[in-house]
Amino acid sequence: MENKLLETENLTIHFGGVRAVENVSFSVGEKEIVALIGPNGAGKTTVFNLLTGVYQPLSGAIRFKGERVENRKPNTITRMGIARTFQNLRLFQNMTVAENVMVGYTCRMRGGMLVAILRTGPFKKLEAAAEEKAHEWLSFVGLSARANELARNLAYGEQRRLEIARAMATGPNLLLLDEPTAGMNPAESESIMELIRGIRDLGAAVLLIEHDMRVVMGISGRIIVLDYGEKIAEGRPEEIQKNERVIEAYLGKKAAKG
Amino acid sequence: MLFQQLINGLTLGSIYALIALGYTLVYGILLLINFAHSEIFMMGAYFGVFSLMIFEKLHIFQGAPFMLVACALAASMICTGLLGVIVEFAAYRPLRNAPRLAPLISAIGVSIFLQNFMMIVVSPESKTFPDTIPLHVYKLGGTASISSLQVIIIVVSVALMAALHLFIKYTKMGKAMRATSQDAETAKLMGINVNMVISLTFFIGAALGGAAGVLNGMYYGSVKYNMGFIPGIKAFTAAVLGGIGDVRGAMIGGFVLGILESLGAGYVSSAYKDVFAFVILILVLVFRPQGLLGRKISNKV
Repeated sequence: MENKLLETENLTIHFGGVRAVENVSFSVGEKEIVALIGPNGAGKTTVFNLLTGVYQPLSGAIRFKGERVENRKPNTITRMGIARTFQNLRLFQNMTVAENVMVGYTCRMRGGMLVAILRTGPFKKLEAAAEEKAHEWLSFVGLSARANELARNLAYGEQRRLEIARAMATGPNLLLLDEPTAGMNPAESESIMELIRGIRDLGAAVLLIEHDMRVVMGISGRIIVLDYGEKIAEGRPEEIQKNERVIEAYLGKKAAKG
Repeated sequence: MLFQQLINGLTLGSIYALIALGYTLVYGILLLINFAHSEIFMMGAYFGVFSLMIFEKLHIFQGAPFMLVACALAASMICTGLLGVIVEFAAYRPLRNAPRLAPLISAIGVSIFLQNFMMIVVSPESKTFPDTIPLHVYKLGGTASISSLQVIIIVVSVALMAALHLFIKYTKMGKAMRATSQDAETAKLMGINVNMVISLTFFIGAALGGAAGVLNGMYYGSVKYNMGFIPGIKAFTAAVLGGIGDVRGAMIGGFVLGILESLGAGYVSSAYKDVFAFVILILVLVFRPQGLLGRKISNKV
């Protein structure tokens, strides 16, 4: 963990009186798979929203590749190399599967508005490159056959895969996955786990929010536990499984003691 | 007579369709009815007149009427496009997070401002649109005929619409526009510069409106500071008829409205021609508020 890709320091945000995230510090190293877990309402998705610029922190710092991330716009942060998926799917429903991925690739394309309007030589090359990239990512997640369907016609599990492909097309160094296996059966979860390992092998780090403990314990190198907006534990899977505060947060005080 | 009215309707319809695209593009992305768009159309007509006057002063393109019109059209589109971007920047962007009524009122303000600006600075009288294209009338069998102006209006409009369609469907910026109109928040998180997409949308919408202004000026031979009002409202009707926010809908809505209006003028009474458009608006709003191509919109939770 010498090379810290992402580092947060005393990250804090309040909504009215609710301390959604309070003094949370953690880091993610290069090519690391880290899980962010915690009971419902612990502030996990809020952390994602802070990391991607949807919310601005009340206080604290976020550094990505050594650069500050706070007060930057979401599209700038994506360009810096943080991509994400969503807990409740947010695909561009009325675009085709391939187009969804190409939208992700848009921010990696050079050539400004003028080039696009004038349709100059490099422009056509860029469009062709975008299409090729889109197909690469679609085959990576196993959706090549459905490239020309509208996104809304995909099955639920396929839509989740498409979100991952779209996020990967933005060329991230860090991928944030918000409950990637929610609503999936064990076989489907297994294949998503394979996919996540594949992403790591391609060189990106992954930070995932997940409720399915089989998935969490199966793929993460490190686990961070949030409860009521605060970090209550951090460690390797086997350490977290035995951690009393974690058991208490999930099952209540009595269970932890008994 | 039916055939003649169809030709007139097609001409009128292509102008409505071009203007309607401006309403629908902006609505698609910001959910804002840009009431200043009818004045953008008016400004386009004036920019057309001014550029023709300048070309005449400079003695360029004088022997080549088509070149002259093409350049005046291009100049006007660029000027209106930039005007559209400025209007968005000055009047709508500061209100981006305000309640939806605020930018609507701001749009009406821009509309009143532009009208009065042109009335005071240029003239409250109508101005003659310089003659450019030699007028030929082609007989089409029977009593129907089509003029060279009508041919140009229809051809230019269809070409611009085809270009827009290709742009939206196949280019990176076109995809970014569609993505933004479907879900701006997610588009941002996918690295799209939404502010730039919005500026581009205003540029394209206004440029098309400006082109419509020039064509309209050529067709009727004059321009006036308040010429935008009626065509603007009719084009808005066309956009609603097609399903506001839907690009193909605006095109189809424009043509349908133009043709219905011409048929009404020909077969019932030309005195009532404006009435048809607004009767259609009311009927659409009552019976099919989502428009011809629009899908039922369920409110986001």
